[in-house]
Amino acid sequence: MIGAALAVVGRDLRLALRRPGQALQPLAFFAVVTLLFPLGYTPELDKLRQIAPGVLWVAALLAGLLSLESLFREDAQDGTLEQMLLSGQPLAALALAKTAAHWLLTGLPLTLMAPVLGIALGVPGSAMPGILSSLALGTVTLSLVGAVGAALTLGVRRGGVLLGLLTLPLTVPTLVFGARATELAIAGEGLSGALYLLAALAVLAVTLAPLAVAAALRIGSE
Amino acid sequence: MDWTWFHKFGSPPHVYRLAGTLTPWFAWPAGLLIAAALYGGLVLAPPDYQQGDGFRIIYVHAPSAWVSTMVYAVMATSAAIGLIWRMKVAHAVAASCAGIGASFTAASLVTGMLWGEPMWGTWWVWDPRLVAQLVLLFLFVGYVGLRSAIDDLGRADRASAVLAIVGVVNLPIIRYSVEWWNSIHQAPSVMKMDRPSMPIDMLAPLLMMLLGFTLFFAAVLLVRLRAELLRRERAAAWVKEVVS
Repeated sequence: MIGAALAVVGRDLRLALRRPGQALQPLAFFAVVTLLFPLGYTPELDKLRQIAPGVLWVAALLAGLLSLESLFREDAQDGTLEQMLLSGQPLAALALAKTAAHWLLTGLPLTLMAPVLGIALGVPGSAMPGILSSLALGTVTLSLVGAVGAALTLGVRRGGVLLGLLTLPLTVPTLVFGARATELAIAGEGLSGALYLLAALAVLAVTLAPLAVAAALRIGSE
Repeated sequence: MDWTWFHKFGSPPHVYRLAGTLTPWFAWPAGLLIAAALYGGLVLAPPDYQQGDGFRIIYVHAPSAWVSTMVYAVMATSAAIGLIWRMKVAHAVAASCAGIGASFTAASLVTGMLWGEPMWGTWWVWDPRLVAQLVLLFLFVGYVGLRSAIDDLGRADRASAVLAIVGVVNLPIIRYSVEWWNSIHQAPSVMKMDRPSMPIDMLAPLLMMLLGFTLFFAAVLLVRLRAELLRRERAAAWVKEVVS
C-alpha cells in the first residue's frame, strides 16, 4: 500500500516536472492577485501591512483552488483512475498520495513564495517564520478539502465554478486561523495557539478527507 | 427482530401514501401553533423595555434559524442513510430538504437584517452567528448546485450525499472558528443581545413558534417528498395509477 502510494506521488511529480510551465501557473496567479491589491487599494505600506494576512491567505486559497480543478481530470480521461480503482490498493491511500503530490507541487511552492509577496505588502522580516509555518500547515488542509470538491465535481458541467462554491465555505476555519496566525506574526506576538489549531485541522483533514475523496471517486466512476 | 416496518420505507409507493396520510397531522398543529404564537407574540406579549415593539421579529427570526440548522441535520442524516443502505427514498428526502433549508436560512438572515437596521443602525455586521448562517446558506446552495450539475440521478444522489456528510462534519468547526474569529476582533458588544431572563408571556409564544415551525417544516417536507417521489418514479406503474 505504501509502495503504491509512493509510486503515485512519484508519478505525479515526474509528470509535473516534464511540464514545468504548468506547475508555475498557480505561483504566477498567486503573485498577480496579491499585487493587484496595492494597485486597487493603496501603495502605502503601513495600510497594506494591515490587510496583508487576508490578502496573502485569500490569494493562496484561490491559487490552490484553481489548480485543484485538474487534480483528477487527466487521470479520469486517460483511464489511470480506473486502473487505480481496479488495482486492489485502498483508494483512500491513493487519493491521499495524489493530494500529497498536489501539495508538494502547489501548497509548498505557494508557502515558499508568500514571504516574497509579504515583503511587497510591507510585512516585516520577523514575521516570515510565522507566515511560512502557518501557510505550510494551512495549505495541507486546503489541498485535502479541495480534493474532496475536485472528486465530487469530476466530469461535471461547469465544474470549476461549482468547485469553488462547494469548497470555499468549507475552508472558512483554515482561513480564519491562518489569517489570525499571520496577523499575530506581523504584530510580533506569540502565534503558537493559532498554529496548534491549524495543525489540528490539518490532522483532521488528513484523517477524514481521503475517505471522502475515495467515496466520491467511486461514485463518479460508476 | 422484525425489520419489515423498516424495509417498507424503501418502497416509494408506501412512503408516498404514508406521507399523504401524515401531512395533515403535521400541517394542522403547525398552522394552529403558529397562529396562536403570532397572537401571543404580536398582541399579548408586552413591548421590550429597550427595543420596544422591534423585538417581536424574534418570533420569526429565531425559529427560522433553529429550523435551518435542523433541516441540514435531517438532510445529512437521510443522505447518510441513503448512501449506506442504498435507499432511494432517503435520497429523495435529502433532495427535498435542500430547498426548504435554503429558504429558512435566507428567512433567518433577512429577518435578522430587518431587525438589525433599527437596533444596530446597520443592515449587516460581521457577527459570528450571521457569518455561520451565511456559510450554511452557501452549503445549501452548493448542495443544490452539485445535484443539478449531475444528470444521472443515482450519481447525483450519492455525490451530494457525500457532500452533505462532509458539510455536517465541517459545520461545528465553522461555527467555532467564526466564534473565535469574532472574539479576537472585539466586535462592539452592544450588538450582542445578552440573555436576560425572558418573562413568560414573551417566552411562551417563542417556544410555541419553535414547535410550530418544526411541525411546519415536517409538513412541507412531506409534501415536497411526495412530489419528488412522483418525479423520480414517473416511469413506474404505481405513479400512473396515482396520477390517473
